[in-house]
Amino acid sequence: MSKLPLTSSSTVGPFFSIGLLTKDMMRPALAGPETEGEPIRIEGRVLVGAGEPVVDALLEIWQANASGCYNHPAGQTTGTLDPNFSGFGRTGTAKDGSFWFETIKPGPVPFEGETLQAPHINLTIFSRGLLNHLATRLYFEDEAATASDPVLQKVPAERRSTLLARQDTGATGSGGKTVYRFNIIMQGEGETAFFNL
Amino acid sequence: MDIATNFEAIVRGDKEIFPPYLYEAYQSTRLRAPRQPLVEIPLTISELTGPGPYISRVAPEDADLTRNSGTGGEAIGQRIIVTGRVLDENGRPIPNTLLEVWQANASGRYFHERDQWPGPLDPNFIGMGRCLTNEQGEYRFLTVRPGAYPWKNHTNAWRPAHIHFSVFGPNMLSRLVTQMYFTDDPLHNLDPIMSSVPAGKAREHLIAAYDHNVTEEEWALGYRWDIVLGGAGATPFENEAAKTKEAKEVKSR
Ligand SMILES: [Fe+3]
Repeated sequence: MSKLPLTSSSTVGPFFSIGLLTKDMMRPALAGPETEGEPIRIEGRVLVGAGEPVVDALLEIWQANASGCYNHPAGQTTGTLDPNFSGFGRTGTAKDGSFWFETIKPGPVPFEGETLQAPHINLTIFSRGLLNHLATRLYFEDEAATASDPVLQKVPAERRSTLLARQDTGATGSGGKTVYRFNIIMQGEGETAFFNL
Repeated sequence: MDIATNFEAIVRGDKEIFPPYLYEAYQSTRLRAPRQPLVEIPLTISELTGPGPYISRVAPEDADLTRNSGTGGEAIGQRIIVTGRVLDENGRPIPNTLLEVWQANASGRYFHERDQWPGPLDPNFIGMGRCLTNEQGEYRFLTVRPGAYPWKNHTNAWRPAHIHFSVFGPNMLSRLVTQMYFTDDPLHNLDPIMSSVPAGKAREHLIAAYDHNVTEEEWALGYRWDIVLGGAGATPFENEAAKTKEAKEVKSR
């Protein structure tokens, strides 16, 4: 059977908040007090190379729960579902390009055979001027497994640090959450490594 | 205006279908397109899952943009029905997936603080709609036909009438944000965003067809538009994961 051609992609434009940050779909906080796992807060900014903030970016995250289980039919090969965690978050950047998510640290998920991937959060970026979205991952610098993660290894060594969230020891989120800093640089100096997905 | 595709640019997926990130005729791409090559990664459980059907409760009235402004009034404009199917590349329907749409009103103005051109606002139209596909992968919105609107990309730049669509599909590979256009619009060939799609066939695929069978007597004009999402191709890893899950289920019975 011949394949159908895919539908092309386009920019979200400047007015996406009308359709995408409305009702229950503005979701910077993914986890509540009942959610299992270590609560964390991710703070960062979306920038272009010259350091200019991107004031109109849309970010989506998708992650496993604390036991390494995705809330998806194909995602439950390890761990168990947490009824208090969907794994999906969405937010827009503020006037200074900043954003935050409050979530839990994901558990490790399977790679091939018995091997595991380091804990990571899948991240998708949309904005005016992006005709296709950008996809990347957030890894935790302080996780021992990060350095040998099989997907991170595919990123050229000199660019791997762009995927590492660093613990901010001078800051605590509400409820004593560990704060991680993670900037996304869309273009230029220090450009984040994006995936061909 | 130079609207030639920059074939040297960074491209995601099929380069006939998907625009390059850097497309100079669309000015905003110049500062935002990545300049480094995209990294090829193996597909893992993280890419082959996604926030599909679980993320939102959708009410039937969310699919009626003519009446969902909260004012109790009805939007002004040519009433239209936009319907179609969400399919994977094998032609299989994608059921229970979330579609989100947004659009300008009949005069071409968005209900958004950053849209400041002097097109009249319609207090009864916010331009937001959502629905889930049914078991056959079908979606349906009732709305008004959006107007064309000016933007500052180049001299006398006007976007052709369009509706923005966001679709999730079954996994991270199927995630799509795109725009649907209308037939017989003289602005198509002048629009850098539409022209950024390299192949003529792929551009045509973004244009909804007028469908008289969808049109309702004394009510609304009908348009049909199908959406084809990627990510259906099973990988060895995906099969392996599915097998493990089956084995687990068998054990637990
Ligand atoms: Fe638009």
